[in-house]
Amino acid sequence: MAGLELLSDQGYRVDGRRAGELRKIQARMGVFAQADGSAYIEQGNTKALAVVYGPHEIRGSRARALPDRALVNCQYSSATFSTGERKRRRHGDRKSCEMGLQLRQTFEAAILTQLHPRSQIDIYVQVLQADGGTYAACVNAATLAVLDAGIPMRDFVCACSAGFVDGTALADLSHVEEAAGGPQLALALLPASGQIALLEMDARLHEDHLERVLEAAAQAARDVHTLLDRVVRQHVREASILLGD
Amino acid sequence: MNLCLQRLDGRQTYDYRNIRISFGTDYGCCIVELGKTRVLGQVSCELVSPKLNRATEGILFFNLELSQMAAPAFEPGRQSDLLVKLNRLLERCLRNSKCIDTESLCVVAGEKVWQIRVDLHLLNHDGNIIDAASIAAIVALCHFRRPDVSVQGDEVTLYTPEERDPVPLSIHHMPICVSFAFFQQGTYLLVDPNEREECVMDGLLVIAMNKHREICTIQSSGGIMLLKDQVLRCSKIAGVKVAEITELILKALENDQKVRKEGGKFGFAESIANQRITAFKMEKAPIDTSDVEEKAEEIIAEAEPPSEVVSTPVLWTPGTAQIGEGVENSWGDLEDSEKEDDEGGGDEAIILDSIKMDTGVEVSDIGSQDAPIILSDSEEEEMIILEPDKNPKKIRTQTTSAKQEKAPSKKPVKRRKKKRAAN
Repeated sequence: MAGLELLSDQGYRVDGRRAGELRKIQARMGVFAQADGSAYIEQGNTKALAVVYGPHEIRGSRARALPDRALVNCQYSSATFSTGERKRRRHGDRKSCEMGLQLRQTFEAAILTQLHPRSQIDIYVQVLQADGGTYAACVNAATLAVLDAGIPMRDFVCACSAGFVDGTALADLSHVEEAAGGPQLALALLPASGQIALLEMDARLHEDHLERVLEAAAQAARDVHTLLDRVVRQHVREASILLGD
Repeated sequence: MNLCLQRLDGRQTYDYRNIRISFGTDYGCCIVELGKTRVLGQVSCELVSPKLNRATEGILFFNLELSQMAAPAFEPGRQSDLLVKLNRLLERCLRNSKCIDTESLCVVAGEKVWQIRVDLHLLNHDGNIIDAASIAAIVALCHFRRPDVSVQGDEVTLYTPEERDPVPLSIHHMPICVSFAFFQQGTYLLVDPNEREECVMDGLLVIAMNKHREICTIQSSGGIMLLKDQVLRCSKIAGVKVAEITELILKALENDQKVRKEGGKFGFAESIANQRITAFKMEKAPIDTSDVEEKAEEIIAEAEPPSEVVSTPVLWTPGTAQIGEGVENSWGDLEDSEKEDDEGGGDEAIILDSIKMDTGVEVSDIGSQDAPIILSDSEEEEMIILEPDKNPKKIRTQTTSAKQEKAPSKKPVKRRKKKRAAN
């Protein structure tokens, strides 16, 4: 925090945003032809790519097949050039594993797995540039990719991060704000029902402020939902034009 | 929610199991028992060169291992998902919350810093590993003493424990994890699930707090759908629980400190209770017994009077037989229902149907101590095939009346009445 003011007196953050403002989100669906579903999202400078294969037959051991639902398999990978310093990460290291588990938990709750028993849905997420909010970008990209693949879901899964500085809750943290060491919360939400699919928080936050931060994250996730919804509709419109409808 | 909801072991929904903390002879070694879940924590330190981007900070390293002795499901190399989850949660809880002052671990900036290593081993798995592990980690860190170091110019002198007393670590606060298990899509919420409850739960919410009511970590897992007010309620409950547990930890540390100072005996050997083979002691669980009397009276009122037990078996023909100790198994000759079982009233109706003998054969003679008395009196015809609900009463009254009838006429006959299974 050496001399870096995360929130100025006028209420502006380091990159000029206000406390509850999100970064600019741009997304595109159907970027790869080979995969069943794919999407690319940019949240500010954070760029994530998601690819979905499935539902298909279980690869590997048949014993893992669940008789009444589909198996969701998520893998997270961070490119070596994604952070400020080039860092070569081993493939199965703990952070990637944990991220994969969290993504799986999020999407197992949202995808209607009962419709595809004994099959497998693969979600692969790749982070190309990490500038804060990587979990949120991964979830948003994966949602779009799953929708692109046509796999039925209960609702969009929208995620956003939030922090707390000087008594104000900040939405959508950038890397600078995350590295400052304050509390960070990552939230994945199903907007229509307001149910939280995943909640994760780090660093110290007093209990009294929890509600405000949760609310800021939830509101930001709902804003993300509006944007993603627009992207999906746009994509469907384009696709139907191409089909000549 | 129901006020009188009780769990399998008699706890209420927000009750923790008994926590016992015991220390080893070395500083930094402790065993935490949360109910039957047992975690061993050991802290060690080493002088190393610091990380390049953090030249003035010491290094903290956490490692939790699920020992194969903890549960039959733990095999070497198989439980990686659970292991990753637990390790990452512990790391985030203890490292990101900055409970230890890493700047104080620096000896020579850029060259030598202390690397503190916390190793946790799960010895017995009875649910809620994360809580026990977090308590063990923080207790071990509080208990640990590192060797004293002095720096004069370029020279670094490391004192052995004999030369100078070892120095405790500087700990800002004590984060403790509290787990909440959710059942039935969030309708029911339990604190500190044991192993049975973990098997059937929908998901888990872990909140790590310290006694100043600062939340250090929140992690939801298992695919449960939470609502915001559920999370807020859980954080309030966690605050209360953490305060209690922190007090317990401080008391345990104080006790150990006192014992060491007074020169008393300390260490694991002292804290493990003497178990004699002649004594059997089980931990008491606080159970609400206020309605036990009523319930017991209800049960007694509805129950049937117990049947008498006779030692020498009596064989009735046709269709009755005997299984039991020292007597030849003759139930294969059964035609009718009656089956005497030494161990206790069996499932008579079901056994009935499965045994259909072709002919009504007399029971063969048993050449054991007492020649069995074979009765083939008219009472047999009145015997009714057992149905599960109706007949037991009938038969008993018959036998009792028969007994009264017979007693004066024949020589005293030891009867073996049917034992009713406890209702």
